[in-house]
Amino acid sequence: MYSQGLIGADGRTGETEAFLAAFQARIDAEEKIEPKDAMPEGYRRTLVRQIGQHAHSEIVGMLPEGNWITRAPSLKRKAALLAKVQDEGGHGLYLYSAAETLGVTRDEMTEELLAGKAKYSSIFNYPTLTWADIGTIGWLVDGAAIMNQIPLCRCSFGPYARAMIRICKEESFHQRQGYEIMLTLCRGTEAQKAMAQDALDRWWWPSLMMFGPHDAESSHTEQSMAWKIKRFSNDELRQKFIDATVPQADYLGLKVPDPAMRWDEALNGGKGGYRHGAIDWDEFWRVVKGEGVMNRDRIAARKKAWEDGAWVREAALAHAAKRAARKVAAE
Amino acid sequence: MHEALLEIADDCLVLGHRLSEWCGHAPMLEEDLALPNMALDLIGVARGLYARAGEIEGKGRGEDDLAYFRGEREFRNCLLVERPNGDFAATMLRQLYFGAFMEPFWRAAAASTDDVVRGIAGKAAKEVAYHIRHAGEWVIRLGDGTEESAARMAHAVEAHHRYSGELFESSRAARAAEAAGVLPRRSEMRAEWDRVIGMVFVEAGLTVPEGVFMQTGGRAGLHGEDLGHMLAEMQSVARAHPGAVW
Repeated sequence: MYSQGLIGADGRTGETEAFLAAFQARIDAEEKIEPKDAMPEGYRRTLVRQIGQHAHSEIVGMLPEGNWITRAPSLKRKAALLAKVQDEGGHGLYLYSAAETLGVTRDEMTEELLAGKAKYSSIFNYPTLTWADIGTIGWLVDGAAIMNQIPLCRCSFGPYARAMIRICKEESFHQRQGYEIMLTLCRGTEAQKAMAQDALDRWWWPSLMMFGPHDAESSHTEQSMAWKIKRFSNDELRQKFIDATVPQADYLGLKVPDPAMRWDEALNGGKGGYRHGAIDWDEFWRVVKGEGVMNRDRIAARKKAWEDGAWVREAALAHAAKRAARKVAAE
Repeated sequence: MHEALLEIADDCLVLGHRLSEWCGHAPMLEEDLALPNMALDLIGVARGLYARAGEIEGKGRGEDDLAYFRGEREFRNCLLVERPNGDFAATMLRQLYFGAFMEPFWRAAAASTDDVVRGIAGKAAKEVAYHIRHAGEWVIRLGDGTEESAARMAHAVEAHHRYSGELFESSRAARAAEAAGVLPRRSEMRAEWDRVIGMVFVEAGLTVPEGVFMQTGGRAGLHGEDLGHMLAEMQSVARAHPGAVW
Protein backbone atom coordinates (compact mmCIF):
# COMPACT_ATOMS: atom_id res chain seq x y z
CA MET A 1 0.00 0.00 0.00
CA TYR A 2 2.71 2.42 0.91
CA SER A 3 4.73 1.85 -2.22
CA GLN A 4 1.71 3.13 -4.04
CA GLY A 5 1.48 5.85 -1.41
CA LEU A 6 4.52 7.39 -3.04
CA ILE A 7 2.80 7.66 -6.41
CA GLY A 8 2.66 11.34 -7.29
CA ALA A 9 4.98 12.30 -4.44
CA ASP A 10 7.37 15.12 -5.20
CA GLY A 11 10.59 14.80 -3.22
CA ARG A 12 12.35 17.80 -4.78
CA THR A 13 13.69 20.11 -2.18
CA GLY A 14 15.51 23.46 -2.23
CA GLU A 15 17.41 23.74 1.05
CA THR A 16 21.13 24.44 1.39
CA GLU A 17 23.49 21.52 1.29
CA ALA A 18 24.54 22.15 4.89
CA PHE A 19 20.92 21.94 6.06
CA LEU A 20 20.30 18.78 4.08
CA ALA A 21 23.50 17.20 5.37
CA ALA A 22 22.59 17.97 8.98
CA PHE A 23 19.12 16.52 8.44
CA GLN A 24 20.56 13.43 6.79
CA ALA A 25 22.91 12.96 9.74
CA ARG A 26 19.91 12.81 12.09
CA ILE A 27 18.23 10.28 9.80
CA ASP A 28 21.39 8.19 9.59
CA ALA A 29 21.65 8.21 13.38
CA GLU A 30 18.11 6.70 13.40
CA GLU A 31 16.73 9.74 15.24
CA LYS A 32 12.98 10.20 14.86
CA ILE A 33 11.91 13.40 13.14
CA GLU A 34 9.07 15.07 15.03
CA PRO A 35 6.47 17.51 13.63
CA LYS A 36 8.07 20.67 14.98
CA ASP A 37 11.60 19.74 13.87
CA ALA A 38 13.17 21.48 10.90
CA MET A 39 12.85 19.28 7.83
CA PRO A 40 13.39 19.64 4.10
CA GLU A 41 10.30 20.72 2.22
CA GLY A 42 10.57 17.66 -0.03
CA TYR A 43 10.55 15.38 3.03
CA ARG A 44 7.44 17.09 4.37
CA ARG A 45 5.70 16.99 0.98
CA THR A 46 6.56 13.34 0.41
CA LEU A 47 5.19 12.38 3.82
CA VAL A 48 2.00 14.41 3.46
CA ARG A 49 1.40 12.68 0.15
CA GLN A 50 2.24 9.23 1.40
CA ILE A 51 0.43 9.38 4.76
CA GLY A 52 -2.58 11.05 3.15
CA GLN A 53 -2.77 8.39 0.45
CA HIS A 54 -2.32 5.70 3.04
CA ALA A 55 -5.23 7.19 5.03
CA HIS A 56 -7.38 7.38 1.90
CA SER A 57 -6.62 3.72 1.21
CA GLU A 58 -7.99 2.81 4.61
CA ILE A 59 -11.14 4.85 4.08
CA VAL A 60 -11.83 3.73 0.52
CA GLY A 61 -10.91 0.22 1.63
CA MET A 62 -13.94 0.23 3.92
CA LEU A 63 -16.19 0.10 0.85
CA PRO A 64 -15.34 -3.26 -0.78
CA GLU A 65 -15.53 -5.05 2.56
CA GLY A 66 -18.49 -3.00 3.73
CA ASN A 67 -20.23 -4.43 0.67
CA TRP A 68 -20.52 -7.76 2.53
CA ILE A 69 -21.39 -6.65 6.08
CA THR A 70 -25.10 -6.89 5.35
CA ARG A 71 -24.72 -10.34 3.78
CA ALA A 72 -22.18 -12.02 6.07
CA PRO A 73 -23.37 -15.63 6.34
CA SER A 74 -23.27 -16.00 10.14
CA LEU A 75 -23.64 -13.64 13.07
CA LYS A 76 -20.09 -14.33 14.20
CA ARG A 77 -18.74 -13.39 10.76
CA LYS A 78 -21.00 -10.37 10.59
CA ALA A 79 -19.68 -9.06 13.91
CA ALA A 80 -16.07 -9.80 12.98
CA LEU A 81 -16.40 -8.05 9.62
CA LEU A 82 -18.06 -5.02 11.15
CA ALA A 83 -15.27 -4.79 13.69
CA LYS A 84 -12.68 -5.16 10.96
CA VAL A 85 -14.13 -2.45 8.76
CA GLN A 86 -14.39 -0.26 11.83
CA ASP A 87 -10.68 -0.89 12.48
CA GLU A 88 -9.90 0.31 8.95
CA GLY A 89 -11.78 3.52 9.69
CA GLY A 90 -9.77 3.87 12.89
CA HIS A 91 -6.53 3.45 10.91
CA GLY A 92 -7.71 6.22 8.60
CA LEU A 93 -8.28 8.41 11.61
CA TYR A 94 -4.79 7.87 13.11
CA LEU A 95 -3.17 8.41 9.73
CA TYR A 96 -5.05 11.62 8.99
CA SER A 97 -3.99 12.80 12.44
CA ALA A 98 -0.36 11.91 11.70
CA ALA A 99 -0.55 13.85 8.42
CA GLU A 100 -2.19 16.80 10.19
CA THR A 101 0.95 17.19 12.32
CA LEU A 102 2.64 18.24 9.06
CA GLY A 103 0.29 21.17 8.57
CA VAL A 104 -2.44 19.80 6.33
CA THR A 105 -6.06 19.36 7.45
CA ARG A 106 -8.24 16.28 7.13
CA ASP A 107 -10.77 18.28 5.13
CA GLU A 108 -8.08 19.37 2.65
CA MET A 109 -6.94 15.78 2.22
CA THR A 110 -10.54 14.63 1.77
CA GLU A 111 -11.17 17.27 -0.88
CA GLU A 112 -8.04 16.07 -2.73
CA LEU A 113 -9.30 12.50 -2.68
CA LEU A 114 -12.74 13.47 -3.93
CA ALA A 115 -11.26 15.67 -6.66
CA GLY A 116 -9.12 12.75 -7.86
CA LYS A 117 -5.86 14.57 -7.01
CA ALA A 118 -4.82 12.12 -4.31
CA LYS A 119 -4.62 8.38 -4.91
CA TYR A 120 -5.43 5.36 -2.83
CA SER A 121 -4.30 1.78 -3.20
CA SER A 122 -5.26 0.35 -6.60
CA ILE A 123 -6.48 -2.86 -4.97
CA PHE A 124 -9.70 -1.24 -3.79
CA ASN A 125 -10.79 -0.59 -7.35
CA TYR A 126 -11.59 -4.27 -7.74
CA PRO A 127 -15.08 -5.45 -6.78
CA THR A 128 -15.94 -7.92 -4.01
CA LEU A 129 -18.15 -10.47 -5.71
CA THR A 130 -18.59 -13.30 -3.22
CA TRP A 131 -18.19 -13.95 0.49
CA ALA A 132 -14.84 -15.62 -0.24
CA ASP A 133 -13.53 -12.23 -1.31
CA ILE A 134 -13.76 -11.17 2.31
CA GLY A 135 -11.50 -14.04 3.33
CA THR A 136 -9.15 -13.35 0.45
CA ILE A 137 -8.88 -9.65 1.19
CA GLY A 138 -7.97 -10.40 4.78
CA TRP A 139 -5.46 -13.04 3.79
CA LEU A 140 -3.83 -11.44 0.73
CA VAL A 141 -4.57 -7.73 0.83
CA ASP A 142 -3.99 -7.31 4.55
CA GLY A 143 -1.08 -9.73 4.25
CA ALA A 144 0.52 -7.54 1.57
CA ALA A 145 -0.27 -4.43 3.59
CA ILE A 146 1.58 -5.92 6.57
CA MET A 147 4.66 -6.63 4.46
CA ASN A 148 4.59 -3.00 3.40
CA GLN A 149 3.81 -1.59 6.79
CA ILE A 150 6.06 -3.46 9.21
CA PRO A 151 9.09 -1.52 7.93
CA LEU A 152 7.05 1.68 8.32
CA CYS A 153 7.02 1.14 12.09
CA ARG A 154 10.67 2.22 11.79
CA CYS A 155 9.95 5.13 9.45
CA SER A 156 12.01 8.21 10.27
CA PHE A 157 8.92 10.37 10.88
CA GLY A 158 7.82 9.76 14.49
CA PRO A 159 4.02 10.20 14.29
CA TYR A 160 3.78 7.94 11.24
CA ALA A 161 6.00 5.27 12.76
CA ARG A 162 4.00 5.26 16.00
CA ALA A 163 0.63 5.07 14.20
CA MET A 164 1.95 2.13 12.20
CA ILE A 165 2.81 0.09 15.29
CA ARG A 166 -0.83 -0.07 16.33
CA ILE A 167 -2.07 -0.47 12.78
CA CYS A 168 0.24 -3.41 12.17
CA LYS A 169 -1.03 -5.23 15.24
CA GLU A 170 -4.59 -4.91 14.02
CA GLU A 171 -3.71 -5.78 10.42
CA SER A 172 -1.99 -8.91 11.56
CA PHE A 173 -5.15 -9.95 13.37
CA HIS A 174 -7.17 -9.23 10.21
CA GLN A 175 -4.81 -11.29 8.14
CA ARG A 176 -5.21 -14.31 10.41
CA GLN A 177 -8.96 -13.82 10.46
CA GLY A 178 -9.05 -13.72 6.65
CA TYR A 179 -6.98 -16.88 6.43
CA GLU A 180 -9.31 -18.57 8.87
CA ILE A 181 -12.29 -17.67 6.66
CA MET A 182 -10.44 -19.28 3.74
CA LEU A 183 -9.60 -22.36 5.77
CA THR A 184 -13.25 -22.77 6.76
CA LEU A 185 -14.35 -22.42 3.13
CA CYS A 186 -11.72 -24.88 1.92
CA ARG A 187 -12.85 -27.44 4.48
CA GLY A 188 -16.49 -26.85 3.56
CA THR A 189 -18.69 -27.87 0.63
CA GLU A 190 -17.54 -28.12 -2.98
CA ALA A 191 -19.32 -24.83 -3.69
CA GLN A 192 -17.47 -23.11 -0.85
CA LYS A 193 -14.13 -24.42 -2.01
CA ALA A 194 -14.85 -23.29 -5.57
CA MET A 195 -15.76 -19.87 -4.22
CA ALA A 196 -12.41 -19.72 -2.40
CA GLN A 197 -10.42 -20.67 -5.51
CA ASP A 198 -12.31 -18.17 -7.63
CA ALA A 199 -11.55 -15.40 -5.15
CA LEU A 200 -7.85 -16.29 -5.10
CA ASP A 201 -7.83 -16.31 -8.92
CA ARG A 202 -9.22 -12.79 -9.00
CA TRP A 203 -7.21 -11.22 -6.13
CA TRP A 204 -3.77 -12.78 -6.58
CA TRP A 205 -2.37 -10.52 -9.29
CA PRO A 206 -3.90 -7.29 -7.96
CA SER A 207 -2.34 -8.18 -4.58
CA LEU A 208 1.11 -8.46 -6.15
CA MET A 209 0.54 -5.09 -7.78
CA MET A 210 -0.05 -3.53 -4.37
CA PHE A 211 3.73 -3.37 -3.90
CA GLY A 212 4.01 -0.95 -6.78
CA PRO A 213 6.08 -1.02 -9.98
CA HIS A 214 9.33 -2.97 -10.36
CA ASP A 215 12.29 -1.22 -8.74
CA ALA A 216 13.68 -0.19 -12.12
CA GLU A 217 10.48 1.72 -12.84
CA SER A 218 9.94 3.13 -9.35
CA SER A 219 10.93 6.78 -9.54
CA HIS A 220 10.77 7.85 -5.90
CA THR A 221 12.57 4.99 -4.28
CA GLU A 222 16.06 6.40 -3.95
CA GLN A 223 15.28 9.65 -2.10
CA SER A 224 12.67 7.97 0.10
CA MET A 225 15.14 5.25 1.01
CA ALA A 226 17.78 7.82 1.94
CA TRP A 227 15.27 9.63 4.15
CA LYS A 228 14.21 6.29 5.65
CA ILE A 229 10.61 6.84 4.73
CA LYS A 230 10.98 3.63 2.82
CA ARG A 231 13.28 0.85 3.89
CA PHE A 232 12.84 -1.95 1.38
CA SER A 233 12.29 -1.81 -2.34
CA ASN A 234 9.00 -2.78 -4.00
CA ASP A 235 10.47 -5.97 -5.46
CA GLU A 236 12.04 -7.04 -2.16
CA LEU A 237 8.71 -6.71 -0.37
CA ARG A 238 6.78 -8.40 -3.16
CA GLN A 239 9.17 -11.34 -3.05
CA LYS A 240 8.79 -11.64 0.73
CA PHE A 241 5.03 -11.67 0.33
CA ILE A 242 5.08 -14.35 -2.36
CA ASP A 243 7.44 -16.55 -0.38
CA ALA A 244 5.18 -16.33 2.66
CA THR A 245 1.91 -16.76 0.78
CA VAL A 246 2.49 -19.62 -1.67
CA PRO A 247 2.89 -22.24 1.10
CA GLN A 248 -0.28 -20.86 2.74
CA ALA A 249 -2.20 -21.42 -0.49
CA ASP A 250 -0.80 -24.96 -0.65
CA TYR A 251 -2.02 -25.65 2.86
CA LEU A 252 -5.50 -24.51 1.84
CA GLY A 253 -5.38 -26.79 -1.17
CA LEU A 254 -5.76 -23.80 -3.50
CA LYS A 255 -3.75 -23.07 -6.59
CA VAL A 256 -2.05 -19.73 -7.16
CA PRO A 257 -3.13 -18.60 -10.66
CA ASP A 258 0.38 -18.26 -12.06
CA PRO A 259 1.42 -21.13 -14.36
CA ALA A 260 4.98 -19.77 -14.45
CA MET A 261 5.38 -19.82 -10.66
CA ARG A 262 8.27 -22.07 -9.62
CA TRP A 263 10.78 -22.55 -6.84
CA ASP A 264 14.11 -20.99 -7.74
CA GLU A 265 17.16 -21.79 -5.64
CA ALA A 266 18.92 -18.69 -6.89
CA LEU A 267 16.44 -16.21 -5.42
CA ASN A 268 16.88 -14.39 -2.12
CA GLY A 269 20.65 -14.49 -2.30
CA GLY A 270 20.77 -18.23 -2.78
CA LYS A 271 18.25 -19.10 -0.05
CA GLY A 272 15.65 -19.85 -2.68
CA GLY A 273 12.23 -18.40 -3.33
CA TYR A 274 9.23 -18.54 -5.63
CA ARG A 275 9.84 -16.92 -8.98
CA HIS A 276 6.63 -15.43 -10.32
CA GLY A 277 5.40 -14.96 -13.89
CA ALA A 278 4.99 -11.60 -15.61
CA ILE A 279 2.78 -9.04 -13.90
CA ASP A 280 0.37 -7.18 -16.19
CA TRP A 281 1.62 -3.65 -15.61
CA ASP A 282 -0.73 -2.26 -18.22
CA GLU A 283 -3.60 -3.34 -16.01
CA PHE A 284 -1.88 -1.81 -12.97
CA TRP A 285 -1.42 1.61 -14.57
CA ARG A 286 -4.89 1.49 -16.08
CA VAL A 287 -6.38 0.96 -12.62
CA VAL A 288 -4.11 3.56 -10.98
CA LYS A 289 -5.15 6.08 -13.63
CA GLY A 290 -8.85 5.53 -13.03
CA GLU A 291 -9.93 2.73 -15.34
CA GLY A 292 -10.49 -0.09 -12.88
CA VAL A 293 -13.95 -1.62 -12.63
CA MET A 294 -14.76 0.22 -9.43
CA ASN A 295 -12.75 3.49 -9.52
CA ARG A 296 -15.70 5.70 -10.36
CA ASP A 297 -18.06 3.91 -7.99
CA ARG A 298 -15.62 4.17 -5.09
CA ILE A 299 -15.16 7.90 -5.47
CA ALA A 300 -18.87 8.39 -6.12
CA ALA A 301 -19.66 6.56 -2.87
CA ARG A 302 -17.20 8.70 -0.90
CA LYS A 303 -18.54 11.87 -2.52
CA LYS A 304 -22.10 10.92 -1.74
CA ALA A 305 -21.27 10.26 1.93
CA TRP A 306 -19.38 13.57 2.13
CA GLU A 307 -22.09 15.61 0.39
CA ASP A 308 -25.02 13.91 2.11
CA GLY A 309 -23.29 14.51 5.42
CA ALA A 310 -22.59 18.20 4.83
CA TRP A 311 -25.73 19.37 6.61
CA VAL A 312 -24.82 17.22 9.64
CA ARG A 313 -21.34 18.70 9.89
CA GLU A 314 -22.71 22.22 9.44
CA ALA A 315 -25.33 21.62 12.13
CA ALA A 316 -22.70 20.34 14.56
CA LEU A 317 -20.62 23.50 14.04
CA ALA A 318 -23.69 25.76 14.29
CA HIS A 319 -24.75 24.09 17.51
CA ALA A 320 -21.27 24.37 19.00
CA ALA A 321 -21.22 28.08 18.13
CA LYS A 322 -24.64 28.59 19.72
CA ARG A 323 -23.53 26.82 22.89
CA ALA A 324 -20.37 28.86 23.10
CA ALA A 325 -22.36 32.08 22.62
CA ARG A 326 -24.85 31.08 25.32
CA LYS A 327 -22.00 30.29 27.67
CA VAL A 328 -20.46 33.70 27.10
CA ALA A 329 -23.85 35.39 27.57
CA ALA A 330 -24.37 33.56 30.86
CA GLU A 331 -21.00 34.57 32.29
CA MET B 1 -40.85 -18.23 27.05
CA HIS B 2 -38.18 -18.44 24.36
CA GLU B 3 -40.37 -16.31 22.10
CA ALA B 4 -40.12 -13.40 24.49
CA LEU B 5 -36.33 -13.57 24.22
CA LEU B 6 -36.61 -13.80 20.45
CA GLU B 7 -38.59 -10.55 20.38
CA ILE B 8 -35.78 -8.64 22.04
CA ALA B 9 -33.08 -10.53 20.10
CA ASP B 10 -34.81 -9.64 16.83
CA ASP B 11 -35.04 -5.99 17.92
CA CYS B 12 -31.30 -5.94 18.53
CA LEU B 13 -30.32 -7.80 15.37
CA VAL B 14 -32.57 -5.77 13.08
CA LEU B 15 -31.44 -2.46 14.53
CA GLY B 16 -27.81 -3.61 14.55
CA HIS B 17 -28.14 -4.56 10.91
CA ARG B 18 -29.70 -1.21 10.05
CA LEU B 19 -26.81 0.61 11.74
CA SER B 20 -24.30 -1.58 9.94
CA GLU B 21 -25.72 -0.32 6.63
CA TRP B 22 -24.14 3.05 7.45
CA CYS B 23 -20.61 1.69 7.71
CA GLY B 24 -18.42 3.57 5.23
CA HIS B 25 -21.17 6.04 4.33
CA ALA B 26 -21.51 8.17 7.48
CA PRO B 27 -21.37 11.98 7.51
CA MET B 28 -17.93 11.96 9.16
CA LEU B 29 -15.21 9.48 9.96
CA GLU B 30 -15.99 9.56 13.69
CA GLU B 31 -19.50 8.33 12.90
CA ASP B 32 -18.10 5.65 10.61
CA LEU B 33 -16.57 4.32 13.82
CA ALA B 34 -19.43 5.07 16.23
CA LEU B 35 -22.26 3.53 14.20
CA PRO B 36 -20.57 0.13 13.78
CA ASN B 37 -19.71 0.28 17.46
CA MET B 38 -23.35 0.48 18.41
CA ALA B 39 -24.20 -2.13 15.77
CA LEU B 40 -21.65 -4.48 17.31
CA ASP B 41 -23.12 -4.01 20.78
CA LEU B 42 -26.59 -4.81 19.51
CA ILE B 43 -25.54 -7.82 17.45
CA GLY B 44 -23.60 -9.10 20.44
CA VAL B 45 -26.71 -8.90 22.61
CA ALA B 46 -28.80 -10.54 19.89
CA ARG B 47 -26.37 -13.46 19.69
CA GLY B 48 -26.54 -14.07 23.43
CA LEU B 49 -30.32 -13.95 23.43
CA TYR B 50 -30.69 -16.18 20.37
CA ALA B 51 -28.43 -18.77 21.91
CA ARG B 52 -30.46 -18.72 25.12
CA ALA B 53 -33.79 -18.75 23.25
CA GLY B 54 -32.66 -21.74 21.20
CA GLU B 55 -31.57 -23.55 24.33
CA ILE B 56 -34.92 -22.96 26.07
CA GLU B 57 -36.81 -23.94 22.94
CA GLY B 58 -34.92 -27.23 22.93
CA LYS B 59 -35.15 -27.99 19.20
CA GLY B 60 -31.46 -27.63 18.56
CA ARG B 61 -31.69 -24.26 16.84
CA GLY B 62 -28.65 -22.04 17.32
CA GLU B 63 -28.12 -18.31 16.78
CA ASP B 64 -27.63 -18.62 13.04
CA ASP B 65 -30.66 -20.87 12.53
CA LEU B 66 -32.75 -18.25 14.26
CA ALA B 67 -31.21 -15.26 12.51
CA TYR B 68 -30.87 -16.66 9.00
CA PHE B 69 -33.59 -19.24 8.55
CA ARG B 70 -36.76 -17.48 9.68
CA GLY B 71 -38.79 -15.34 7.29
CA GLU B 72 -40.37 -11.97 7.93
CA ARG B 73 -43.59 -13.42 9.34
CA GLU B 74 -41.51 -15.22 11.95
CA PHE B 75 -39.44 -12.20 12.96
CA ARG B 76 -40.80 -10.69 16.15
CA ASN B 77 -39.05 -7.30 16.26
CA CYS B 78 -40.99 -4.13 16.89
CA LEU B 79 -41.70 -1.87 13.92
CA LEU B 80 -39.45 0.98 15.10
CA VAL B 81 -36.18 -0.91 14.58
CA GLU B 82 -36.97 -2.08 11.05
CA ARG B 83 -37.58 1.43 9.76
CA PRO B 84 -35.10 2.21 6.97
CA ASN B 85 -32.18 4.42 8.00
CA GLY B 86 -33.41 7.54 6.23
CA ASP B 87 -31.10 10.46 6.91
CA PHE B 88 -28.74 10.81 9.87
CA ALA B 89 -31.44 12.61 11.88
CA ALA B 90 -33.83 9.69 11.45
CA THR B 91 -31.15 7.18 12.40
CA MET B 92 -30.20 9.05 15.55
CA LEU B 93 -33.80 9.57 16.63
CA ARG B 94 -34.62 5.88 16.11
CA GLN B 95 -31.56 5.02 18.19
CA LEU B 96 -32.55 7.37 20.99
CA TYR B 97 -36.12 6.04 21.07
CA PHE B 98 -34.94 2.44 21.26
CA GLY B 99 -32.12 3.13 23.68
CA ALA B 100 -34.31 5.11 26.05
CA PHE B 101 -36.53 2.04 26.30
CA MET B 102 -33.78 -0.56 26.55
CA GLU B 103 -31.68 1.16 29.18
CA PRO B 104 -34.24 0.87 32.02
CA PHE B 105 -35.28 -2.50 30.58
CA TRP B 106 -31.78 -3.97 30.93
CA ARG B 107 -31.26 -2.37 34.32
CA ALA B 108 -34.43 -4.09 35.52
CA ALA B 109 -33.46 -7.34 33.76
CA ALA B 110 -30.32 -7.45 35.86
CA ALA B 111 -32.65 -8.98 38.45
CA SER B 112 -33.91 -11.67 36.04
CA THR B 113 -34.57 -15.15 37.37
CA ASP B 114 -32.63 -16.46 34.36
CA ASP B 115 -28.85 -16.48 34.86
CA VAL B 116 -28.05 -15.97 31.19
CA VAL B 117 -30.46 -13.06 30.82
CA ARG B 118 -28.98 -11.53 33.95
CA GLY B 119 -25.51 -11.74 32.47
CA ILE B 120 -26.56 -10.22 29.18
CA ALA B 121 -28.50 -7.45 30.95
CA GLY B 122 -25.53 -6.30 33.00
CA LYS B 123 -23.40 -5.78 29.92
CA ALA B 124 -26.17 -4.44 27.70
CA ALA B 125 -27.27 -1.80 30.24
CA LYS B 126 -23.82 -0.22 30.16
CA GLU B 127 -23.67 -0.29 26.38
CA VAL B 128 -27.09 1.18 25.84
CA ALA B 129 -26.41 4.02 28.29
CA TYR B 130 -23.66 5.04 25.88
CA HIS B 131 -26.02 4.72 22.90
CA ILE B 132 -28.48 7.10 24.58
CA ARG B 133 -25.71 9.57 25.25
CA HIS B 134 -24.40 9.41 21.71
CA ALA B 135 -27.79 9.55 19.97
CA GLY B 136 -29.18 12.07 22.47
CA GLU B 137 -26.27 14.44 21.86
CA TRP B 138 -26.86 14.22 18.13
CA VAL B 139 -30.60 14.83 18.48
CA ILE B 140 -29.76 17.96 20.48
CA ARG B 141 -27.08 19.13 18.02
CA LEU B 142 -29.31 18.62 15.02
CA GLY B 143 -32.46 19.95 16.66
CA ASP B 144 -30.59 23.04 17.80
CA GLY B 145 -28.21 23.35 14.84
CA THR B 146 -29.14 24.94 11.53
CA GLU B 147 -32.57 25.57 10.08
CA GLU B 148 -32.14 22.56 7.81
CA SER B 149 -31.05 20.21 10.58
CA ALA B 150 -33.91 21.34 12.82
CA ALA B 151 -36.41 20.68 10.03
CA ARG B 152 -34.91 17.23 9.39
CA MET B 153 -34.98 16.41 13.09
CA ALA B 154 -38.61 17.50 13.42
CA HIS B 155 -39.44 15.37 10.41
CA ALA B 156 -37.70 12.38 12.00
CA VAL B 157 -39.85 12.79 15.12
CA GLU B 158 -42.98 13.09 13.01
CA ALA B 159 -42.04 9.94 11.08
CA HIS B 160 -41.00 7.75 14.03
CA HIS B 161 -43.14 8.72 16.97
CA ARG B 162 -45.96 6.45 15.80
CA TYR B 163 -43.70 3.43 16.36
CA SER B 164 -42.82 4.30 19.96
CA GLY B 165 -45.99 2.94 21.59
CA GLU B 166 -45.26 -0.65 20.58
CA LEU B 167 -42.11 -0.67 22.70
CA PHE B 168 -44.21 -0.73 25.86
CA GLU B 169 -46.62 -3.47 24.76
CA SER B 170 -46.16 -6.95 26.11
CA SER B 171 -47.14 -9.80 23.82
CA ARG B 172 -48.55 -13.01 25.26
CA ALA B 173 -45.05 -14.51 25.21
CA ALA B 174 -43.63 -11.44 26.93
CA ARG B 175 -46.29 -11.59 29.63
CA ALA B 176 -45.36 -15.19 30.36
CA ALA B 177 -41.69 -14.23 30.67
CA GLU B 178 -42.63 -11.29 32.88
CA ALA B 179 -44.74 -13.49 35.13
CA ALA B 180 -41.79 -15.87 35.51
CA GLY B 181 -39.49 -12.97 36.39
CA VAL B 182 -37.27 -13.63 33.35
CA LEU B 183 -37.88 -10.22 31.76
CA PRO B 184 -39.17 -6.96 33.23
CA ARG B 185 -42.62 -5.61 32.47
CA ARG B 186 -42.36 -3.38 29.42
CA SER B 187 -45.02 -0.89 30.49
CA GLU B 188 -42.86 -0.06 33.51
CA MET B 189 -40.25 1.55 31.27
CA ARG B 190 -42.68 4.25 30.20
CA ALA B 191 -41.91 6.84 32.89
CA GLU B 192 -38.16 6.66 32.37
CA TRP B 193 -38.57 6.80 28.59
CA ASP B 194 -40.80 9.88 28.86
CA ARG B 195 -38.27 11.52 31.17
CA VAL B 196 -35.26 10.91 28.90
CA ILE B 197 -37.05 11.86 25.69
CA GLY B 198 -38.55 14.94 27.36
CA MET B 199 -35.15 16.05 28.62
CA VAL B 200 -33.44 15.62 25.24
CA PHE B 201 -36.31 17.26 23.35
CA VAL B 202 -36.26 20.36 25.56
CA GLU B 203 -32.59 20.89 24.77
CA ALA B 204 -33.11 20.06 21.11
CA GLY B 205 -36.03 22.45 20.78
CA LEU B 206 -38.31 19.59 19.70
CA THR B 207 -41.87 18.91 20.75
CA VAL B 208 -43.12 15.49 21.81
CA PRO B 209 -46.09 14.84 19.52
CA GLU B 210 -49.45 14.22 21.13
CA GLY B 211 -52.47 12.27 20.00
CA VAL B 212 -50.45 10.14 17.56
CA PHE B 213 -52.01 6.83 16.51
CA MET B 214 -49.55 4.16 17.56
CA GLN B 215 -48.71 1.48 15.02
CA THR B 216 -48.23 -2.06 16.24
CA GLY B 217 -47.94 -5.61 14.92
CA GLY B 218 -44.25 -6.53 14.93
CA ARG B 219 -44.57 -8.93 17.86
CA ALA B 220 -47.15 -10.89 15.82
CA GLY B 221 -44.88 -10.91 12.76
CA LEU B 222 -46.96 -8.21 11.07
CA HIS B 223 -44.29 -5.91 9.69
CA GLY B 224 -43.97 -3.11 7.17
CA GLU B 225 -42.64 -3.92 3.71
CA ASP B 226 -39.02 -2.97 4.37
CA LEU B 227 -38.14 -5.83 6.71
CA GLY B 228 -38.57 -8.47 4.00
CA HIS B 229 -35.98 -6.76 1.82
CA MET B 230 -33.60 -6.40 4.70
CA LEU B 231 -33.88 -10.10 5.56
CA ALA B 232 -33.60 -11.14 1.91
CA GLU B 233 -30.25 -9.39 1.75
CA MET B 234 -29.05 -10.46 5.17
CA GLN B 235 -29.95 -14.13 4.67
CA SER B 236 -28.99 -14.49 1.00
CA VAL B 237 -25.62 -16.24 1.38
CA ALA B 238 -26.62 -18.41 4.31
CA ARG B 239 -29.77 -19.59 2.49
CA ALA B 240 -27.93 -20.26 -0.77
CA HIS B 241 -25.77 -22.79 1.08
CA PRO B 242 -28.01 -24.52 3.63
CA GLY B 243 -26.06 -26.57 6.13
CA ALA B 244 -22.72 -24.98 5.23
CA VAL B 245 -20.32 -23.96 7.98
CA TRP B 246 -18.83 -20.46 7.71
